[in-house]
Amino acid sequence: MGKSRNGIDHQIGFIQSLFHSIFPGILRGVKDQERYRRYLNTFILHFRPRNVPSRTLRFTLTWGLGGMAVVLILMLFGTGVLLKFAYHPFPDKAYESILHLQHDIQFGQLIRNIHHWSANILLVVVFLHFLRVFFTGAFHPPRQFNWIIGLSFFLTVLLSNFTGYLLPWDQLSFWAITICTGMFDYIPGAGLWLQKMIRGGAEVGPSTLTNFYAIHTVILPAVIILFMPFHFWRVRKAGGLVIPRTPEEDNETRGEMVPSIPNLIVREIALALILIAFILVISVFFNAPLESKANPGLSPNPTKAPWYFLGFQEILLHFSPLIALFFIPVLMIIALVSIPYMHYPSNTAGVWFASSKGRRMAIGATAAALIATPIGILLDEYVVDFAVWIPGLSPVISQGLIPLGIVLVGFYGFYLLLKPRYHANKNETVQVVFCFFLTAFIILTITGIWFRGSGMRLSWP
Amino acid sequence: MSEKKRKKIKEEQFPQDPSRRSFLNKLWIGLGILALFEFALLVMAYLRPSKTGVKSGDSETIIEAGPVAKFHLDSVTAFIRGKFYLCRLEDGGFLAVSRKCTHLGCTVPWLDKEKRFACPCHASAFDIKGEVINPPAPRPLDLYRLFIENNMVKVDTGKRIKRSEFRAEQVVYAKKVQT
Repeated sequence: MGKSRNGIDHQIGFIQSLFHSIFPGILRGVKDQERYRRYLNTFILHFRPRNVPSRTLRFTLTWGLGGMAVVLILMLFGTGVLLKFAYHPFPDKAYESILHLQHDIQFGQLIRNIHHWSANILLVVVFLHFLRVFFTGAFHPPRQFNWIIGLSFFLTVLLSNFTGYLLPWDQLSFWAITICTGMFDYIPGAGLWLQKMIRGGAEVGPSTLTNFYAIHTVILPAVIILFMPFHFWRVRKAGGLVIPRTPEEDNETRGEMVPSIPNLIVREIALALILIAFILVISVFFNAPLESKANPGLSPNPTKAPWYFLGFQEILLHFSPLIALFFIPVLMIIALVSIPYMHYPSNTAGVWFASSKGRRMAIGATAAALIATPIGILLDEYVVDFAVWIPGLSPVISQGLIPLGIVLVGFYGFYLLLKPRYHANKNETVQVVFCFFLTAFIILTITGIWFRGSGMRLSWP
Repeated sequence: MSEKKRKKIKEEQFPQDPSRRSFLNKLWIGLGILALFEFALLVMAYLRPSKTGVKSGDSETIIEAGPVAKFHLDSVTAFIRGKFYLCRLEDGGFLAVSRKCTHLGCTVPWLDKEKRFACPCHASAFDIKGEVINPPAPRPLDLYRLFIENNMVKVDTGKRIKRSEFRAEQVVYAKKVQT
């Protein structure tokens, strides 16, 4: 029973030696096991920091939203690859292939459900993550550019959802994509050209499906794979997450540092498992929607955009198309991009809602929007009609500039009312504007999802 | 190493004229950008929707709707293959009206009882001439070119014609002499 220099017993069988070669150290002494465990840990430490400030581990700082997004993206990649084996991207086959997937393939319906729910929940998670970053001031230097990367990421996730929406080729998807791409009609200049590029022709048809399939399954996943490490790397370069603190505390103190293994990793794994379990449960009980096969000759009533674009569709019902589909989105993008680049009197990174005054003002703005938006929608639906009151005006003015002016003047009045009471600084003011329009947009989206019935008239859900 | 000495070594290593050097560097960058630009153009040209080869006026796009007498006054007939409605007005004139709503592109059905096209998507409505009765549609329904040969109504579906308002000259009449 001689032992060789490196301690392997020559008498053990082939299977065992193979096993040892794959998992060296598993049957050896405690010391070797410890060594190999350390290898695994150093592997993990390629992705996660060695030590993290213990205060950033607090769940109420991040709500685990970034980590949840990663888990959902991985689940989407996994189920997406599986779906690719069953799906045919041709108008005369796509719908049938989905039916085949759901009825004949083992777990086909479940896989589709997981993909569907992960995609929709990802959108919500990414949106909440965006709110968390804004309200903890995590866009101040040195995190300015990571805010932009995050916004691009958000757009990518939106586009992924949107391009995936067409693929089942049922009535729901066909008409949603028709009206959403129809909105390009109103973008001045390059609108029609863009529409033709996206549709691959004048109307939604086979080329549109080919385009969307390629974008959904190759281009956007590639973009996501590139964006994710970039986003995380910038977090690391900024010195990790923002340190949660009260307004009085200095933002330089990092506090006690603790090793990531196990403190951070265990938390991340636990959250991932809970989320996966949650998605699985939802996917078992709730099927992804599938209506009858797309029929270009019959528009369903009502025809709605995907739920995440219903805010814009709702705006479109109140404003003329040029304003609703061009000026408002462009203004939104400019405002969001410029948030980290305005000159702020104080760096509020790590403080929820910038200050305690900021918190009160944010609640005030949210409440104001909560009251004003439904009133505005009802008034515009039933009372106000400038086109009739002042005949002869072009619709751009009567349905565009006048209502927009009223909204802006109303908001400015609210702002003037609020300002002397609080003596707000710029941090708090920007936050108030953000809260007001964000709440308004959410209410518009909710109205679009649940309170628009036949003919897009207001109705109860 | 002093700053002077370092500078001297640098000059020995790169004896060329610094302005020439920077010029060449800029040239490389410029060429790189140009190559990228060309590449982008190439991709765009590749992705641009290809022309199907069928043009307006080709015999393939022309649909023979039927003899003039087949269509009653003040009636609307749907042509599913051509994606249009053939409208015969009360005065006997013809219009070939696109079935696509001018708001966001939904398909508008003709409601015979109410005598109007009603879009199910956003409640736009159009009369028999395609004129807007109810917004949000911004302009009348698009037209297709319609002509009457030997008392046969024919429609060229190759090109949709946008219009900002209804005008009398859009209506096509059968020649009275023949009837």
